[in-house]
Amino acid sequence: MIRRSLLKLANPQLLALIGVLLINWLLFPNFFRVTWQDGRFFGSLIDVLNRGAPVAILAVGMVGVIATKGVDLSVGAVMAVAGAVAATMVVAGYPAPIAVVAALVVGLLCGLWNGILVAILDIQPIIATLVLMVAGRGIAQLITEGFIVTFTDPVLIYIGTGSFLGFPMAAVIALVLMIIVTLIVRRTAIGLFIEAVGVNRAAASLAGIRSRMLLLLVYSLSGLCAAIAGIIVAGDIRGADANNAGLWLELDAILAVVIGGTSLLGGRFSVPLAFVGALIIQAMNTGILVSGFPPEFNLIVKAGLIFIVLVIQSPLASRLAPPRIKPVAKAAAK
Amino acid sequence: MNRSLRPLVATALIFAIAYALAVMQFPSMFSTRVLGNFLTDNAFLGIAAVGMTFVILSGGIDLSVGAVIGFTGVLVAVLISWAGVHPLLAFAIAIVVAGAFGAIMGLAIHYLQVPAFIVTLAGMFLARGGASVITRDSVPINHEFYAWISDLTIRLPGGGRLSIIGLTMVAIFIIGALVAHRTKFGSYVYALGGNPVSASLMGVPVARTTVAIYALSSVLAALSGIVFSLYTSAGYPLAAVGVELDAISAVVIGGTLLTGGYGFVLGTFIGVMLLGLVQTYIIFDGTLSSWWTKIVIGILLFLFIVLQRLIFVASAPGEKTSKA
Repeated sequence: MIRRSLLKLANPQLLALIGVLLINWLLFPNFFRVTWQDGRFFGSLIDVLNRGAPVAILAVGMVGVIATKGVDLSVGAVMAVAGAVAATMVVAGYPAPIAVVAALVVGLLCGLWNGILVAILDIQPIIATLVLMVAGRGIAQLITEGFIVTFTDPVLIYIGTGSFLGFPMAAVIALVLMIIVTLIVRRTAIGLFIEAVGVNRAAASLAGIRSRMLLLLVYSLSGLCAAIAGIIVAGDIRGADANNAGLWLELDAILAVVIGGTSLLGGRFSVPLAFVGALIIQAMNTGILVSGFPPEFNLIVKAGLIFIVLVIQSPLASRLAPPRIKPVAKAAAK
Repeated sequence: MNRSLRPLVATALIFAIAYALAVMQFPSMFSTRVLGNFLTDNAFLGIAAVGMTFVILSGGIDLSVGAVIGFTGVLVAVLISWAGVHPLLAFAIAIVVAGAFGAIMGLAIHYLQVPAFIVTLAGMFLARGGASVITRDSVPINHEFYAWISDLTIRLPGGGRLSIIGLTMVAIFIIGALVAHRTKFGSYVYALGGNPVSASLMGVPVARTTVAIYALSSVLAALSGIVFSLYTSAGYPLAAVGVELDAISAVVIGGTLLTGGYGFVLGTFIGVMLLGLVQTYIIFDGTLSSWWTKIVIGILLFLFIVLQRLIFVASAPGEKTSKA
């Protein structure tokens, strides 16, 4: 039952991904060519997976937040903080696993902080996470003392650029994370609870769902995912750049989730489709790059994409959501 | 005293205390020179923040502000330097373009019934991308009109100078306050922010007001972009990245409630000045790095949000401000 409805939902997004890939192929005939070299795959398609991984990981965390009618603007800044923590600790001589765990814990704490603001202090999610979005980069710079901390630690570099069974490590981590989170939310009742809180938090609380606990959980997960993405990005460039790591990626992550069909009004979400959404965004990025257009076109294409998705979603959204402001819209149209 | 004025008073008090502390440490900060530069340096942020105040009062948010500032700067620079248009005509074109841009966003928000946040996000991508497509480099503006305006200042006793762009910001704040508190449109904005359903039942033209609010925000962002181009004498597609966040911070610190329906334009002015004070203090100190600005703004934001919650929980017991 669940699987069938998932498949039904999957169609537009998967078709869009295939469409974008086909357009790329028309613009750049070698797009689908994948070669095996030095024990790993190479090619534009692999590049899409590799470059899309950080946004895909962020999107996996963001889905839960948006499904509860929230949004997490701080993930880009948390990426910078986590990368800074991992890099600084490795440079200070700590073994890589401890640095990675520390960075993940810091990410989790950042998420928990957001969760406390939203769930316990009842602050609007946009503004609650804005605090960390503004302050986070400052904190990251405080950790790195304003420098770009570079490192040569093999474990961190492997996380960012290594390969596993021929596939880029970043993509493997993203895929495994997506599968784990999907299983957790769909094989237990947690997904249902998240949707209930997203539709109506008060009603969900009255029905016995511990909505505060749940909100803390989804924001913590988002922070954790941001930390993972931050470590990957730091490993990729072999350094922690507090100013630019994850800059504006929160917007890409939100876009990926929206493309994935998750309603911004809460109550309907899909983790795998958000993952596909991130790949669609990256496929467009790569397509614009390999076909020789200036990268600035990317922003315009993204804006167009958001608009298309919004138009597609709007009649559906107004049918699913109770018609609150709709009569007015009709009256004004007359 | 009216208890609804409390957040405004709190902000003003914090600004006064912070300024007094800064002056105690650096007596030279208390001069007309610093105050004049205060207005000039924060003019573009202040003008954009007035537009943001209206948007937030109506319960929305506008993420496209920084991008519109950048786009306007490039458009004006290209029109003047490449096309040879007179600056005043270029300003008019930029304001009309921005107004249409904002109106389209308002239409999308109202008729597609999607959160303002995602529509203005698309607007941000579009404006920033459009600016970068026009030119990727900084376009300098060398026009006698620009030189004339830059020289147009009022000298204050003590060596300070009030520039025309600083005065523009003050004028926009005064007009903004009058529009918000003394006109029909202002009451519509407050009504919409308080509760859109009851606003429409009371006969507020929701569609027209929404479109007007976002058009106003974009027009003010364009004006801010013009001021920014006067300030830097150039147009750069990546100018003013993230100004929307500073503007939102200024509005929140100024005591406007993010759920909408409550706040003051004047509070935003104090918010902008407080942000400016943090920056000026860090420049005066010299040993603090610029990243402290971000951390201090983050802390201020947090304090004011918590303060707002405490005041509203205390003043309206039992009534939850949860917007369904």
